[in-house]
Amino acid sequence: MIHLQHIERIFLVGDEEVHALSDVSMTASDGEYIAIMGPSGSGKSSLLNIIGLLDRPDNGSYELDGIKVSELDEQQQAEIRRHKIGFVFQFFHLVPRLTAFDNIALPLMLSGIKQEERQVRVTAALAAFGLSNRAGHRPDQLSGGQRQRVAIARATIMQPSVILADEPTGNLDRSSGIEVAEILEELNRQGITLIMVTHDPDLGRRARRQILMVDGRIEHDK
Amino acid sequence: MQIRDILSFSMHAATANRGRTLLMLLAMAIGVSSVVVLISLGDSARIYVIDQFSSLGTNLLIVLPGRSETTGGPPPLLGETPRDLTLEDAISLTRARTVRRIAPIIAGSAPVSVHNLEREMLVLGSTSEIFDIRHLDLSQGNFLPPGDPTRAEAICVIGLTGKKELFGNQPAIGRWLRIGDRRFRVIGILASPEVSLGEDLGDMVIIPVAAAQSLFNASSLFRILVEATSPEGMEQTRQSILETIRARHEGEDDITVITQDAILATFDRIFKALTLSVAGIAAISLVVAGIMIMNVMLVAISNRKTEIGLLKALGASKGQIMQLFLTESTILSSIGAAIGLVLALLGIRLAAFLFPQFPLYIAPWSPAIALAVALITGIIFGILPARRAASLEPALSLARR
Ligand SMILES: Nc1ncnc2c1ncn2[C@@H]1O[C@H](COP(=O)(O)OP(=O)(O)OP(=O)(O)O)[C@@H](O)[C@H]1O
Ligand SMILES: [Mg+2]
Repeated sequence: MIHLQHIERIFLVGDEEVHALSDVSMTASDGEYIAIMGPSGSGKSSLLNIIGLLDRPDNGSYELDGIKVSELDEQQQAEIRRHKIGFVFQFFHLVPRLTAFDNIALPLMLSGIKQEERQVRVTAALAAFGLSNRAGHRPDQLSGGQRQRVAIARATIMQPSVILADEPTGNLDRSSGIEVAEILEELNRQGITLIMVTHDPDLGRRARRQILMVDGRIEHDK
Repeated sequence: MQIRDILSFSMHAATANRGRTLLMLLAMAIGVSSVVVLISLGDSARIYVIDQFSSLGTNLLIVLPGRSETTGGPPPLLGETPRDLTLEDAISLTRARTVRRIAPIIAGSAPVSVHNLEREMLVLGSTSEIFDIRHLDLSQGNFLPPGDPTRAEAICVIGLTGKKELFGNQPAIGRWLRIGDRRFRVIGILASPEVSLGEDLGDMVIIPVAAAQSLFNASSLFRILVEATSPEGMEQTRQSILETIRARHEGEDDITVITQDAILATFDRIFKALTLSVAGIAAISLVVAGIMIMNVMLVAISNRKTEIGLLKALGASKGQIMQLFLTESTILSSIGAAIGLVLALLGIRLAAFLFPQFPLYIAPWSPAIALAVALITGIIFGILPARRAASLEPALSLARR
């Protein structure tokens, strides 16, 4: 359960204040499927970053699964990110020198999980996302769709309760885009909360709930 | 994170960019090898000099005419010349219980000739005792016989180089040679000289001290070598020498007594200080290497901003990011240090091969020092970049704008 109240996020550009988010309040229940839409610069990524604890709000409070996460320190927030949140990015953000296997294993490595268990879990994830024969490939040897599947495998390897996807299909052709969307929706059907920023109205319509942002405010929520 | 993972992740990252890695390794290797080589050279020189001095004899005291020690008293009156150190003074020293033997010495340079071959050589007037005091060795014949030191017998013992120059391959024992305007019979030839500090035994003629006195027309001794019976007796011997000579010189302390230990200690100090200062200069190259490491790491971090942001998004804490990047810089500087050590080893080997007469070796503690310094450099100069990496804002570093 995600509960945001009166969130403000202000950036200083030169002497000018840019209100990326102003007075944003919203609640997302477990297992929801939300699409965030809106024009460029309306604050969609800013909102997702705050939900994902990649950024701190200047004002307002944020509760995740009953924990007041905006009051936690850096170390504790890292713990929450590790265990509860999975990110999927437009540009995949795979580590270029690591193989698909090692990229997926990164979160397990960071939490100090033993080699043998990692082997089992990553192998299972590779199989689940149809990447078994790509385990030893580096990102530059994979197609865009495959890269995004590696990124999704990595985002879900810790079994998070929320997946935050910032334009996950923005860099893919139509068919790989639909494929990736279907994978994310399948994860949502298994109970993971899915919050997805998208510019694509067709994709947005697939979500049960759509939030429209304009100028840092929630204009529309249905 | 598990240590093995930290190491393998950082190792992987450290070696991903060949050019940068090579640059850092090179800088570190040069720094470490110059420290090790310079420390080793300094220490080898120290040990060489000390060995040479020890080979002069054991439990040795050297008595010199004139007082050179500053005792804080009033300066000597102008024109006051120290009393000569005479052969009788030397003989009087043998009475002390802690003295095993003494050798008076008169030294000077004189032309030595056989027929029309002539050679300027070091002429040493002494007694039979000098043979044992200085650990001399003969290759042929006999040394000066023991006996009354005031007897000026016309006999000599010649060094190997001098023998070859003057007699060639002819036998020299029993032959006569001329020193200045006097004739001496050769009774022995010194063994092949190891180069000994300050004097070349090969190019020396040793004659009875009394003969040297008349040859150089001087009664004053150049110095007296005194060998004490034991290392513990050194100080007592020194006192008794001073007292004996004072009594003979009407109450004047006009000699200087140097102990071998004092000389050794001085040399030891000088060489240690030299080695340290040279090592200090070499350490500057380590600092340069450190700054290079820092720069290279800073560039690496700005190239890998997204990776750092990603690690944070995946749940890495600041501490973990610090750990990863510190490990990376430390791995690089350690590998560099290891290469530097190997280079230093090869360098010293090469130098030892080129200069076999000078005993060269790697100072046993220098690799430890170099490695420690390299690790410390890697960590210290890695801290700033690692902190910068750890404090990157993940949202910002992941955004493509
Ligand atoms: N780090 C930053 N520094 C300054 N301004 C920022 C920063 N991040 C975001 N902004 C500003 O905040 C506003 C919202 O940005 P945000 O990235 O959330 O928009 P967005 O809806 O994701 O846009 P897009 O669809 O182009 O990705 C924009 O005006 C942007 O310029
Ligand atoms: Mg955006």
